[in-house]
Amino acid sequence: MKKLIELKGLSAGYDDEIILKNVNFSIYEKDFIGIIGPNGGGKTTLLKIILGLLKPVKGEITYFREGLDKMSTIGYLPQSFAMDRKFPISVCDVILSGLMNRKGIVSKYTKAEKELAYELLVETGLEGLWKKHLGELSGGQLQRVLLCRAIISSPDLLILDEPGTYVDNKFEGELYEMLRELNKRMAIIIVSHDIGIISYYIKTIACVNRNFHYHESNVITEKQLAAYNCPIQLITHGDVPHTVLKKHQN
Amino acid sequence: MDALFEIFRYQFLLKAMLAAIFTSVSCGIIGTYIVSKRMVFLSGGITHASFGGIGIGYFLGINPILGAAVFAVLTALGIELVTKKADIREDSVIGMWWSFGMALGIIFIFITPGYAPNLMSYLFGSILTVTNLDLYMMLILNVIMVLFFLTFFKTILYVSFDPEYARTYRAPVQLINYILLSLVALTIVLNIRVMGIILIISLLTIPQTIANLFTRSFRNIIFVSILIALLGCFAGLFISYRFDIPSGASIIFTLVIMFIIARIYRQLIKAWLLRKQVR
Repeated sequence: MKKLIELKGLSAGYDDEIILKNVNFSIYEKDFIGIIGPNGGGKTTLLKIILGLLKPVKGEITYFREGLDKMSTIGYLPQSFAMDRKFPISVCDVILSGLMNRKGIVSKYTKAEKELAYELLVETGLEGLWKKHLGELSGGQLQRVLLCRAIISSPDLLILDEPGTYVDNKFEGELYEMLRELNKRMAIIIVSHDIGIISYYIKTIACVNRNFHYHESNVITEKQLAAYNCPIQLITHGDVPHTVLKKHQN
Repeated sequence: MDALFEIFRYQFLLKAMLAAIFTSVSCGIIGTYIVSKRMVFLSGGITHASFGGIGIGYFLGINPILGAAVFAVLTALGIELVTKKADIREDSVIGMWWSFGMALGIIFIFITPGYAPNLMSYLFGSILTVTNLDLYMMLILNVIMVLFFLTFFKTILYVSFDPEYARTYRAPVQLINYILLSLVALTIVLNIRVMGIILIISLLTIPQTIANLFTRSFRNIIFVSILIALLGCFAGLFISYRFDIPSGASIIFTLVIMFIIARIYRQLIKAWLLRKQVR
């Protein structure tokens, strides 16, 4: 397994507050990492560091492959609630904007690139939306279009920020099946404050609660979580998957 | 003598028509950006703050439009900077700049000795008295804007739609923002001669809103709103000439009537399509 990104002794935060302390962590090819933790625990901060939107206060982040550092081989699916749903942009353009980095700021988009965007849309079962504009999509459709945008550049690493939050259960299930397929080609990091359904798909778990704990398995016990001081819905796998709720004790 | 008068009349009508064309193109393009990005309030702030520049222009004895141009660009960038760096809510910052610019304008015009000529034309616009210099400046702005949008169209669209995402791709988001903000400020100022400080916001919003009733494509909104603005300007000019009322006001009146007709028309079409489905 080849290493893609390494974070070494990294701390980060905003203004006068450190949100994340001493993160040591590497991302390898074909990883499927679930990042869990409470709100305000630093999940988004960690993503911003990896995406290069935020500079670490201490420590360093190293990208081991050409393109990763310029993000041209990282795909990103942001949380969609902040998006302006009335913005006049077509589905085609949303997907093509995933190639922005590769194309530079002047180039026109070719027919081949448009065909690629269309193929992705067909794969996600949305071919009927090709001519539509953003305002005509449902929440689940928007998420899928944004997923197309994130993967059109065939990235080495795909980062998803709480993709299951604003969609129905059926779409969530379909999305994770899609991710399982994609994982054959790329490493995936998925953020969630509730690992309920994703624990079945991910390979490893990272728990972010100001501190960073990496757990190299997709099963995490109540004891371990308690040791991490991580108040989160707990999942174990058995014949019947079940959830145990663990309260935060401070 | 009659012939001379005819030529004169023809000339000032020609100038007014040229001004209407330049105004429609620049407002059609940048207004689409403003409406899409929900920057109407910001644009109102820039417009009114530029009055400060007009006052300073009067006081220093330079062309008030030049003063307004400098002031408007500084306002636009200033609002963006103060919002970001000082961490104050954007609409509050806009409110502050808006009134501060107006206050500066009032003070400088008050302390300038003598009567301020053409003051009313800066407030309410006067398409029939645009000068050759105004027209040249508008032409240059139009050329720059059309070239900028033609060259960077996709980048402008993508960066405006999702700036945070564009930033992960290392696109020069901030630079593009500042350039577009400057274009917004310059468009406002150069069209003040035509529509006036108080009325210019209409050409940046009404045509785009009408266009948005029928198309959701950024590109099409630009084209349709240029056409609507042209129609509104020419119809308004005619009404102004025919009934002898101020041109700016009659242009807005025409545009709002067009909006109401368009809105009702769309409603009827929708109802008809709905009924067709159950038939």
